[in-house]
Amino acid sequence: MRSEYKLIFERSHAGRKGYDLPKLDVPELDSLIPSDMQRTEDLKLPEIAEIDLVRHYTNLSRRNFGVDNGFYPLGSCTMKYNPKINEEMPALFSDLHPLLDGDMAQGALELMLDMDKALCEITGMDKFTLQPAAGAHGEYTGLMIIKAYHEMRQDTARNVIIVPDAAHGTNPASAVMAGFKTREIKSNPDGGVDLDALRAAVGPDVAGLMLTNPSTLGLFETNIKEIANIVHEAGGLLYYDGANLNAIMGIARPGDMGFDVVHLNLHKTFSTPHGGGGPGSGPVGVKKELIPYLPYPVVMSHHNGPAVLDYDRPLSIGKVKNFFGNFGVIVKAYAYILSLGGKGLREASENAVLNANYVFHHLKGIYGVPHDRICMHECVIEPGELLSLGVHTTDIAKALIDRGYHPMTIYFPLIVHEAMMIEPTESESRETLDEFIAAMRDIARVAKENPEALHEAPVNTPVGRPDEVMAARKPIVKYED
Amino acid sequence: MTPNDRYYTKDHEWILVEGNRAKIGISDHAQDALGDIVYVELPDMDATYDAGESFAVVESVKAVSQIYTAVGGRVVEINEALNDQPELINSDCYNQFIAVFEFENLNTNELLTAEQYEAFVSEG
Repeated sequence: MRSEYKLIFERSHAGRKGYDLPKLDVPELDSLIPSDMQRTEDLKLPEIAEIDLVRHYTNLSRRNFGVDNGFYPLGSCTMKYNPKINEEMPALFSDLHPLLDGDMAQGALELMLDMDKALCEITGMDKFTLQPAAGAHGEYTGLMIIKAYHEMRQDTARNVIIVPDAAHGTNPASAVMAGFKTREIKSNPDGGVDLDALRAAVGPDVAGLMLTNPSTLGLFETNIKEIANIVHEAGGLLYYDGANLNAIMGIARPGDMGFDVVHLNLHKTFSTPHGGGGPGSGPVGVKKELIPYLPYPVVMSHHNGPAVLDYDRPLSIGKVKNFFGNFGVIVKAYAYILSLGGKGLREASENAVLNANYVFHHLKGIYGVPHDRICMHECVIEPGELLSLGVHTTDIAKALIDRGYHPMTIYFPLIVHEAMMIEPTESESRETLDEFIAAMRDIARVAKENPEALHEAPVNTPVGRPDEVMAARKPIVKYED
Repeated sequence: MTPNDRYYTKDHEWILVEGNRAKIGISDHAQDALGDIVYVELPDMDATYDAGESFAVVESVKAVSQIYTAVGGRVVEINEALNDQPELINSDCYNQFIAVFEFENLNTNELLTAEQYEAFVSEG
């Protein structure tokens, strides 16, 4: 069995190859490349027959686990099903060259305009850029817009972004990338923003606050209006991390809550593939007064005339991606929005919230719960009494793999000790959820009867527990024989 | 267990004051909660920080944590051994400082004694 897991290099045999080129019938031109820049030894590439190559990668691909294989409740990631029809749609545009003049690509521009309008309607914002390539890139773009806004007003002392301790790790990282300092504020016992801590943190040096609502604990921030007031009165702007938009489509809008800038993850909320199936797309929407700072070109239509690409944007932060972003992903997400429609999107959010609460309700008596209240589209549990038996979150996650599930998000949010964050999404049937709940029950039963067994998990995978510490401290990133 | 020769913070750092210098590291509770530490981002020498600012980052297999200084001042020494052996914090957290700050003023009002810190940790 072991031989099945050889590396491609270990399968290499000198002289074996999967191609057959005719003999070179023209003189070799070594003189084109200066001799000191010429390679003196052959490239070390695996030498392998076509059939062995195909088998190698086919066998590896069969060990993948994706949302097409099974339940994938990775919290904060919205691993919803990717409808296959959406995958077909970008092909409609495959003959289009990105350097074509706008008037020869009206279909594509109209789609971008329409997508902009749809995202504005869903979020309550006034204009979107579709350029950013993914979530963190959207955060960076949004923060650069906030920076440009303050600088344009000569309000240059604002160099701090406030980030709650429950935030996604990308938030403080993006703020630092954009040249800000971060100021962390603690959550209150309910997992929301501590208003007093926020009041103490705002001031003339604060450029803005980054917030996810619902929060990373899967809880709706009910004080959002008050939070927006505190930040705005202090002269800061409010940034919405759209990671959790899947809970509120058609129900509540960040624009109405007081947010000035939002980024969305089309690859989460709008069903385009992510992880290995990417790329992503992270459109950024802004309120009216921030439109001048959006990356150029901006797709516009004057008086319902033809769509045009506007490059004349003197206040723009510049381009953040070549051409128009990951256009194919935008097409897929557009297809998703059109096929669901306004009502359908609302229903998706309602079912996402219902599914999360269903799972939460059934796991409550078995596992610990840090916040026992109605959750949104994801819920957070803890090992609870299993901890005293020596069973940790890692053990539970590994045991899920043996039972055919992708584990939930673990050890995040950081503010919950041994957190397990479960996001079922709206795609799943009640039967699937019941089977998952039964698996979680079974793991708790094994934990009580034979906790040692869980420390061995997973036993059904080619690799059990890789040494994460060594992998992080001393990674081997290239093949050496 | 918790050495009583130094101060502690509610963010689980320890501060050992020697003259106008303060050694800062993380507590046993912090290293235990983080799990195996795989990387420590040390501050630059001579960098200055206000009290309450983050000056280092500790990354474990579970989480990434900011480390705050309760003392404003200038970095005069960093524990370079942690670059190659971040796990030293796991094995000997009270002898492995992260950085040493030189300060002008020290405000100990917000700081905890070993006894107070133990009580704070056991409250959970």
